[in-house]
Amino acid sequence: MPVTFTVNGTSRTVDVPADMPLLWVLRDVLDLKGTKFGCGIAQCGACTVHLNGAPTRSCQLPASAVQGARVTTIEGLSPDGSHPLQKAWEELDVPQCGYCQAGQLMSAAALLATTPKPTDAQIDAAMNGNLCRCATYTRIRDGIKKAAGTPRAGSQVGGN
Amino acid sequence: MNRRTFVLRTVAAAGALGIGWSLLPPRSRHGDRGDIPEDPGEHTLNGWVKIGTDNHVTVIMSKSEMGQGIHTTLAMLLADELDADWSQVRTEMSPLHAIYNNIANVVDGLPFHPDDHGTLQRTAAWFTAKTMRTSGAMITGGSSSVKDLWLPMRQAGASARAMLVAAAADVWKVRANEITVASGILSHGSGRTATFGQMIEPAIQQSLMESAPLKTPDKFTIIGTPKHRIESRAKQDGTATFGIDVVLPDMLYASVVMCPTLGGTVESFDSTATLALPGVRYVTAVDGHNGGTAGVAVIADTPYHAMTAVKTVKVTWEHGAMAGVSSAQLMQQLSESLDFKSGHAYAAHGNVNAALTSAAQIVTAEYRAPYLAHAAMEPINCTVQFKDGRAIVWASTQVPTIARLTAANALGIDTDKVDVRVQFIGGGFGRRLDVDFIGQAAAIAKVTNGVPVQTIWSREEDMRHDFYRPACISQAAAALDSDGNLTAWRSTSASQTLVSAALKRNFGLPGLPIDKTAIEGAFDQPYEYPAARIAHQSVSLAMPVGFWRAVGHSHQAFFTESFMDEVAIAARKDPVAFRVALLKSHSRHARVLMRAATLAKWNTPLPIPLDGTRVGRGIALHESFGSVVAQVAEVAVAADDTFRVTRVLGVIDCGLPVNPALIRQQMEGGIIFALSAALHGEITIENGQVQQGNFNDYQMLRMQDAPQIEVDIIPSTDHPEGVGEPPLPPLAPAVGNALFAATGKRLRTLPLRLSRRPRN
Repeated sequence: MPVTFTVNGTSRTVDVPADMPLLWVLRDVLDLKGTKFGCGIAQCGACTVHLNGAPTRSCQLPASAVQGARVTTIEGLSPDGSHPLQKAWEELDVPQCGYCQAGQLMSAAALLATTPKPTDAQIDAAMNGNLCRCATYTRIRDGIKKAAGTPRAGSQVGGN
Repeated sequence: MNRRTFVLRTVAAAGALGIGWSLLPPRSRHGDRGDIPEDPGEHTLNGWVKIGTDNHVTVIMSKSEMGQGIHTTLAMLLADELDADWSQVRTEMSPLHAIYNNIANVVDGLPFHPDDHGTLQRTAAWFTAKTMRTSGAMITGGSSSVKDLWLPMRQAGASARAMLVAAAADVWKVRANEITVASGILSHGSGRTATFGQMIEPAIQQSLMESAPLKTPDKFTIIGTPKHRIESRAKQDGTATFGIDVVLPDMLYASVVMCPTLGGTVESFDSTATLALPGVRYVTAVDGHNGGTAGVAVIADTPYHAMTAVKTVKVTWEHGAMAGVSSAQLMQQLSESLDFKSGHAYAAHGNVNAALTSAAQIVTAEYRAPYLAHAAMEPINCTVQFKDGRAIVWASTQVPTIARLTAANALGIDTDKVDVRVQFIGGGFGRRLDVDFIGQAAAIAKVTNGVPVQTIWSREEDMRHDFYRPACISQAAAALDSDGNLTAWRSTSASQTLVSAALKRNFGLPGLPIDKTAIEGAFDQPYEYPAARIAHQSVSLAMPVGFWRAVGHSHQAFFTESFMDEVAIAARKDPVAFRVALLKSHSRHARVLMRAATLAKWNTPLPIPLDGTRVGRGIALHESFGSVVAQVAEVAVAADDTFRVTRVLGVIDCGLPVNPALIRQQMEGGIIFALSAALHGEITIENGQVQQGNFNDYQMLRMQDAPQIEVDIIPSTDHPEGVGEPPLPPLAPAVGNALFAATGKRLRTLPLRLSRRPRN
């Protein structure tokens, strides 16, 4: 079925099966490879995009559900990697393998859009659906706080 | 002569018999200029670096980047000796070539104690290194990359620098020793300066200089300084290309259903309905390759079509040797093997039996660890194009030359007809040391008449067709005298061994009689036991096992350091003081342990919460991959026995810390990775089938469970050692010891569970 929706500010029409998950529409029809396949059952968050501004697992969202919607992917988070979270990610060296980080950034960006100064509990609640096997959680938390301008913990102790 | 000594002497003698060969100069790892592809304006100086007329320095990466930060670190080694400016440095994956074969990894695999620098050890190391230069493999694993390339990449940088200097001397008609280089600028006292880009064309006219002098550590300007991850931008804007992101014109996608019973085969299948579905092009049976399990592949226009259609294939399976096998039975077989056999002793000295007989107190315990999956975030995938008798493989792999061999075998062509393009790896942890999926993807690409195919596994196939960390049981006994001094240590573990299985499935080679990876973490620790026998019993089981981050250390450290805590407490000694007394000649280890104790305020009791929460602190020390790590964990246990790890403090001595920023990152991530395994990790088998399939039933830590982490790096100018794996091993015992301190309950089985109640 033809589906028309806005992706990163541009209106796109795709002709895909109605139940084809948005994840595969983005990756294989629109060639937006930044959004990742991790589990297929909305357990890991690697496929997180914004649907009308809300963080959404694209692996469980059928194409038919995005008709007329506004979708933002990692490619549209900022034109040049300058979103405050992307800058914080770079400065704090958040990514390791990096595979989950698009999803992490999209969840974090949605959090800051509604909650500019999140508490630790709010960060936990917003980010708990995003797994990171390299386990960069402490730096993700710091990165969100840095972008939000709230105090961070950091791991450095001792004199070195 | 024991069996180990016999085997190693045979190896060493074979090397010595290579008369003449041994007199040849060591084969250079410098490489030739012609081996590296060049873009317009780029010029290759040797196998490790290109410089462009646009002044970019491109450092050639022969190791796979899978999150450990190795591309940043290796670029630093070369850039420092080149005296490049860090901002002009970029990286590019290498082609496949023998100069990139990993020597350190294989030498590290020899079954010697780290203290052993005797003739036998040195001969075996020399022979192995010599062999690996020609017949080895490109491997990213064993925390060996910096060890392997510490000299070759610095020498390549120094050589390139010398060529630039010689060129400037020619152009400026001055003496080379009057030219200085700093931050990418060549200068002469006369005021003349040039960038590398301006001097690269005359530089490539100079002859290769392989013996340019290296800097002493006090001259380093990049090595030892914190540097941001060099590829981080691409990992923040979605442009980093992992294996699964490879796109080729007209590419098709394959999804695979494999026999749910590990090692099973396809008896028959009916694809009539499947082939009628939209977008489906081919349905084909695929054998198990390189230890993998056979299945049926559906090739379609998109991953969605392939993944949907593969569920409709009707397959009749031949379940094979694992049919009917359960993990309970496998554990029983390990346990029974310890009833009758004493294993192969990897360390033995003193009279253990006499010490146990005359002991004032004997402590005994049995420890257990389960099978574990790797569960990297990027599901297994591989892209292959097989056209006109040649193949190209695009893969997230840790072993590109073995991948090439595997694809060649699967396609029935020579290895020189196969090219492998290594992509970023979305988590390796040892899973991408295996090549089952490469052989499978190559076999699938055989049926598409030259059209490239990307094979992507579902998360469930990835979880259920892994090569698992082997389950292991260890039985230990320690003797204490009447003053509470340790007089003897005996431990025997039983598990499947890894190296034999990997050699057999990938090269068809017979098994080795000894395997360090099974017992590392037990026999190779620094403690000065007055008498010891540390042995391993190899048990042959049908379960596919592989290399899981930190390998044997990952569970042997739990056994060793938990039991050490038990023995210290039985001796009524402080766990730190008890260990230090066994490290009189191992000051490096004692220093790391005491540093961790000091930073964690070990001697200051934790405040006792008023709400009845029980708290405790535990410590563990472990050497692996050349590095020494101590960790102190703090736990809080609720009245219902659910618990949280609230804080972990880690200290690492990894020799010269090449990039402190990413060492710190590996410590933080490694601690939580290990905590996932310690609290949740368990693969169980029923009827030869893995019971877990996705992240809902194979759980890992999430944001809310991540403890506060503090890291300290010991300053050092010693040879740099491993970093990717050493942060893991001490974590589980530190947490187990903390739970004992909090509750008085000693947990001897992983994952750590105080009660059967699920965690909140």
